[in-house]
Amino acid sequence: MKAKFKGSKLLTILGSIAALYTLFPIYIMVVNSFKGRADIFTNTMGLPKSLDFSYYLSAIQKMNFIKALGNSLLLTIVSTVLIIILSSMTAWVLVRSNSKISNAILYMFIGTMLVPFQSVMIPLMQYMSSWDIKAINFSMIDSYYGLVFMYIGFGSSLSIFLYHGFIKGFPRSLEEAAMIDGCNKFQVFWRIVFPNLKPITVTVAILNVIWIWNDYLLPSLVLKSPSLRTIPLSTFYFFGEFTIQWNLAMAGLVLTIIPIIIFYIFSQKYIIKGVMDGAVK
Amino acid sequence: MNKKLKGKITTTFFVIPTLFVFINVVIIPFIMGIIYSFTNWDGFAFKGSSFVGFRNYVSVFQDDKFVTAFWLTARYTFVMIIMVNIVGLSLAILVTSKVKGKKFFRGVYFLPNLIGGLILGFIWKFIFTKFFEQLGESIHNSKIFFNWLDSPTASFWALVIVGVWQMAGYVMVIYIASIESISDDIMEAAEIDGATSLTKFKSITLPLIAPAFTINLFVTLSNSFKQYDTNLSLTNGGPFGSTELITMNIFSTAFSYNKYALAQAKSIIFFLVIMLITILQVYSTKKREVEM
Repeated sequence: MKAKFKGSKLLTILGSIAALYTLFPIYIMVVNSFKGRADIFTNTMGLPKSLDFSYYLSAIQKMNFIKALGNSLLLTIVSTVLIIILSSMTAWVLVRSNSKISNAILYMFIGTMLVPFQSVMIPLMQYMSSWDIKAINFSMIDSYYGLVFMYIGFGSSLSIFLYHGFIKGFPRSLEEAAMIDGCNKFQVFWRIVFPNLKPITVTVAILNVIWIWNDYLLPSLVLKSPSLRTIPLSTFYFFGEFTIQWNLAMAGLVLTIIPIIIFYIFSQKYIIKGVMDGAVK
Repeated sequence: MNKKLKGKITTTFFVIPTLFVFINVVIIPFIMGIIYSFTNWDGFAFKGSSFVGFRNYVSVFQDDKFVTAFWLTARYTFVMIIMVNIVGLSLAILVTSKVKGKKFFRGVYFLPNLIGGLILGFIWKFIFTKFFEQLGESIHNSKIFFNWLDSPTASFWALVIVGVWQMAGYVMVIYIASIESISDDIMEAAEIDGATSLTKFKSITLPLIAPAFTINLFVTLSNSFKQYDTNLSLTNGGPFGSTELITMNIFSTAFSYNKYALAQAKSIIFFLVIMLITILQVYSTKKREVEM
C-alpha cells in the first residue's frame, strides 16, 4: 500500500514536470508580451513589473488583427460547412449505389490522400490563375471563393473516407421506408440520414477546422491583397516586420493563440475524439 | 422506368459537385504536374515549352542543395520518429496510470498540437535566441545556452525539439486509445499471477498496442517528411542554408529561382518517396494482421 502511494506521487511529479515543460514556451511568450525593451533582455524569465497592455493595442492595430480574425473565421466556417454538406452527400450515394463506378470514384478520392500538397501546388496555381474572367471580375486567385473551392478539393478525400466508413455500418431499411412513404432522395438524405451522421460530422468538422484555421501555405499562395489575410498570414508578415521588437511580436502571438485556446477549452472532448477517429484511418 | 431515371439524376446531383471540385483541384493539377516535370516550363504560359525527357530528373540529382536537403530531411524524420514515439508513449502511459489529474495532463500535453506549426516556430524562435542567450549569461554556461539558431547543428536540434513538442501530444492520443482498449480482465489476471508492472507492460501492453505503433510510425514519418511551416518560421533554412528541408527546397526552386519544371520534378520525386513508404507501411500492417 505504501509503495503504491509513493508510486502515484512520483507519477504526479513526473506528469507535472512534463506539463510545466509543455506550458513553459507559452508562459515565456505571455510574460514577455508585457515587458519593456530593457526588461526583456535582463529579465526574460521573470514576471513583468506591471501589466502594460500597450503592446497588445499596438499589435492589434499593426496586424490588423480584428480583420484577420474575421477573415479566418469566415474562411474556416464556410469551407468546413461546404465540405460537410458535399462530402456527406457524396459518401452516402457512393455507399448506397455500390456499383463499379461508385467504387472507382471512392478509390480515386482515397488514393489521392497520399499526394502531398507540395506535389500539386505549382501546377494548381497556374491552372487556377487561368480561370479568370476579367469582364465580371472573376478570379480564383486572390479571392475567398477561389480559396474555399480549393479547400473543398483538398478536404473532400478524408471527409468522404470518414463518412463512407460510418454510413457503411448503417441499415438502409429506414431510408427505404421513407422512400415508400413518398420522400424523394433529398428529403431522405436531409431528414433521415444526415441527422444520424452527427458523431462523424463532429469529427469531420473538428479535423477540417483545425487544418484550415492553421493552414499557412495554401492561403500564402492564393491570397495577394493584405486586406484578405488570415491569421497565419498576418502573423507571418507582422513577425517578419517586428522581430526586433520582441514584446510587440510576443503580444501578437498571444493574440493569435487566444481563439485556439478558447475553442479547445469548450470542445476538448470532441477534439480528442476527432483526432483519434481521423488518425485511425 | 421514369422514376428510376429520376432517381439516377438526383444521384448525380449528390456526387457531381464534389467530383467537379476535386478533379479540378487535385486530379488535373496532379496530371499537369507529371507532364510539366518532363518539359522546360518556366512557370508562365505552357505554350512554347518543349519536352526535354528526363533532363529535369537528372538535374535534380546533380543539384547538391536538393541532395543535402533530402538527406537532412531523412535524418530529421528518423530522429523525429524515435523521439516523438518515445515521448508520446511515455506520456500515454503516464496519463493512463493511477496519476491524479489525468484529464488535465492529457489536455495540456495535447495543446501544442492545435497551435499551427508557423506560430509554434515563432514562439520557440524567441526561446532559442533571446531566452537562451540570457540564460547562458546569467548562469555562466554559454556552452549549452547560447543562440541556438546561429549554429547549424543546434538549429537542427531546435527543429527536432519543436517538432517533438508539437507531435508528441498527437501520438499520445492514439496510444491512449489503444491502451484503454486493453481489457481490465487481462490486467487483473496478470496481477493475480503475480506479474510486476514491468512484466505487465512488456508482455501485455506492448504487444497489444502494436497497431497503434504502426499508425504512429506512419503519422510521424509523413508529418516530419512534409514539414514546412516550422522550418519556415523557426530557422527559415538558416544559418547559411544548413537547415533547409526538402519542401522548402522545392518551394524556393520554384518561387525564388523560377525553375518551375525542375521544382515540379523534385515534387514528383517527393511524392514517389511518400508513396513508397506508405505502400511498405500498409503491406507490413496487413502482414501482421494476418499473423495475429
